[in-house]
Amino acid sequence: MVRFEAVGLHYGGQSGRPAGPEVLHDISFELDPGVFCWLLGPSGAGKTSLLRLMYLAVRPTSGRLTLLDTETSRASRRVLPALRRRIGVVFQDFRLLPHLSAFDNVALPLRLAGRPEGQVRADVTEMLRWVGLARRTDARPPELSGGEQQRVAIARAVINRPSLLLADEPTGNLDSTQAERLMLLFKEMNRLGTTVVVASHNDALVARHPAAELRLAHGRLESHD
Amino acid sequence: MAGISLRPARSDELGLRRALSDRMLPTLVAAMAFLAALALAGWTGAAALSRHWQQGVGSSLTVQVPQPHAAAAQGNGDRLATVLAVLIGTPGITTARALSDEELSDLLRPWLGAGAERLAIPLPAVIAVQLGDSGSDLAPLAHRLDQAAPGTLMENHDVWIRRLAVLARSLQACAGLAVLLVALVAAAVIAVATRAGLAARREAIEIVHGLGATDGLIAGRFAARATMLSAAGGLAGAVLAAPVLLALAGLAAPFGGGVPSANPLSALPLGLWLALPGLPAAAALIGWLTAQVTVHRWLRRLP
Repeated sequence: MVRFEAVGLHYGGQSGRPAGPEVLHDISFELDPGVFCWLLGPSGAGKTSLLRLMYLAVRPTSGRLTLLDTETSRASRRVLPALRRRIGVVFQDFRLLPHLSAFDNVALPLRLAGRPEGQVRADVTEMLRWVGLARRTDARPPELSGGEQQRVAIARAVINRPSLLLADEPTGNLDSTQAERLMLLFKEMNRLGTTVVVASHNDALVARHPAAELRLAHGRLESHD
Repeated sequence: MAGISLRPARSDELGLRRALSDRMLPTLVAAMAFLAALALAGWTGAAALSRHWQQGVGSSLTVQVPQPHAAAAQGNGDRLATVLAVLIGTPGITTARALSDEELSDLLRPWLGAGAERLAIPLPAVIAVQLGDSGSDLAPLAHRLDQAAPGTLMENHDVWIRRLAVLARSLQACAGLAVLLVALVAAAVIAVATRAGLAARREAIEIVHGLGATDGLIAGRFAARATMLSAAGGLAGAVLAAPVLLALAGLAAPFGGGVPSANPLSALPLGLWLALPGLPAAAALIGWLTAQVTVHRWLRRLP
């Protein structure tokens, strides 16, 4: 499902630019399909870079990375879009499209996957109702609060029922009730078969929801249990 | 839920309505289309003039017979009648007609003034000859005329026709080059606008790319917008060019042997009428191609 084999990553080094320092070194681990896993470590440990590799925003500079049965390190660019559509991501900075309404932001993955508009309408309406934004469907992200934007981002990440769900500090802008609701959503998706990886600093949340852990420090995998 | 939520946003996920503005690009493409229309008119005009000169002048020649009323070297008549008989008996010559004294003095008036016939200058007879085939070899005919009436001069217009043909071809080549340059400049303008749009929408493109949009989809969105804006610019340029071309056609009509026409449809050659609607289509094609190539190249930087 997700397999890292001696994966290293450094930014830069393309188009003749000098390579930057290596941010991940010799990372090896495997996540079985359907697991729930915390990604832990202090700031600067490389959690976001590891997630970026997993949602195909970058490719490893060394080693082999297999995602959803595809060896992505050497795969053609053409096979990656279909793979990305099977991966849902909740970004720390939400990454919503500011000129689209909340509805259209959440609908985007379905429309990119070519779903019929009737199904898009039904699914997005239901999802926005579930995250408590039924009355804010027409609002654009700049008109939404931080918590509302985060809920739109979460709705967009899960609307397509992804096989792999990645979240980078997803509860950062949520109150504790909403954070618990989000954890329930992640666990429900995990129960339905989605592999979930959540990067978090929230020790209390991690303690309340014990699960497998990947712990990073200084760009290296410190522990995996 | 409000109606706006039900609107499919497929067509503008990237916010290109603002990134590729509907003012700058169409205006520049309209200017290019206007220039292309002028260059095409130059091309068509040069071709028409060349055709007209070749048909009108290339198929005629002038024969001068000195001492027209002296006895011919061959036959019984005078030199003029003998030369006329040779000309009329030559295959490929449609008509051969000696100019009257009045026509001759009209021709000479600019040089000799009125009443040239009263001057004691021995004037040659001039025969205007129409050829059925302008490409025929006239050297044997000149030889035969000289034998029948020594001193007879045959002046064909080959040299002038060749020079005019070279001039017309050069003008056509320049017009063709101008059309090509205008197309290249239009492509460059569209490429710059597309790159500006890519820079302005970089974040949106990265988000949509990350959600699984293919290069083809992203390039298609840009190409659709660039095609629409270019076609609008091309149409505006063609519409603006039409009255200018009609005015130019009116001015040029006498040089082509015609008269200014009251009917605008016949004032411009058919080829130009067909080319004008072709301008928006060509602009649209250039817009589509340029945007596709520019966006695909740019997207290669994303994983």
